[in-house]
Amino acid sequence: MTVWSPILETVTDDDRVFKALADPTRRFLLDKLFTRDGRTLTELESELEMTRFGVMKHLRILEEAGLVVTRREGREKLHFLNPVPIRLVHDRWIDKYTERQVSALADLKHELEGGSA
Amino acid sequence: MTTDTLTTTQVYRVYIKATPEAIWDAITRPEWTQRYGYTNIADYDLRPGGAYRSYPSEAMKRGGEAMGIPIPDVVVDGEVIEVDPPHRLVQTWRMLMDPDSAPEGFTRITFEISEGKGGVSKLTVTHELEGAPNLALVVGGGREAEGAGGGWAWVLSDLKSLLETGAPMDMEDGFKE
Repeated sequence: MTVWSPILETVTDDDRVFKALADPTRRFLLDKLFTRDGRTLTELESELEMTRFGVMKHLRILEEAGLVVTRREGREKLHFLNPVPIRLVHDRWIDKYTERQVSALADLKHELEGGSA
Repeated sequence: MTTDTLTTTQVYRVYIKATPEAIWDAITRPEWTQRYGYTNIADYDLRPGGAYRSYPSEAMKRGGEAMGIPIPDVVVDGEVIEVDPPHRLVQTWRMLMDPDSAPEGFTRITFEISEGKGGVSKLTVTHELEGAPNLALVVGGGREAEGAGGGWAWVLSDLKSLLETGAPMDMEDGFKE
């Protein structure tokens, strides 16, 4: 029998995503990129009461979690929101729990409408 | 302060425990493309200037019928621009299936695959969508609730799970029609 141990477990991609999302500044940065993608550090920095170094630090954590991907365009380094890790978390974690609620509602509907199982 | 260029490009990245060759095949070979995402059947002439066509699978035809949307014989078309297997593929891409996106014409996609440590490869999909706001919405997943699929994030999530957990190709798993 295998017992799951959090100590033996290595840092996974999901851990990095949850950790990156567990900060309001980083969620704010993602929201900014969601509204308009492909921004420079200078533009992102102008939206925050924070030093350039502080914003860079947050962007690096987002990049390490795969939530932000950078790309050079001419002389500029642009930051793009990468929704794939959130999709993976959704498919792995959220679906699992919402499915039960949806099926419970479906059962309830079935019952209220007087159908036979 | 510099002025930012308003970009219409979308960038997607996923890490997959698979070889670059396996990922390359999953993108370019029809026996693979019909097993994930939109399940379309890709047909690539893999050389610069070669044609790209994507045909609907039976599942897509049935889905379209159920939603009352006519599915064309070719759902996506385009032209291969650059081929460097299994690392880089650049092509044009026009969505013919969605009546709002089709008139927007050709967009450009770059697939980049590189091998990292521990047998994990990195796949980056860059979709340049200048002048194609409707298609940008579809591939960005913005029309998922209408049944238009979840775009690239959904496709790549599905591709990852197929390559990491999927049954081998030669298995009879009831997939074949």
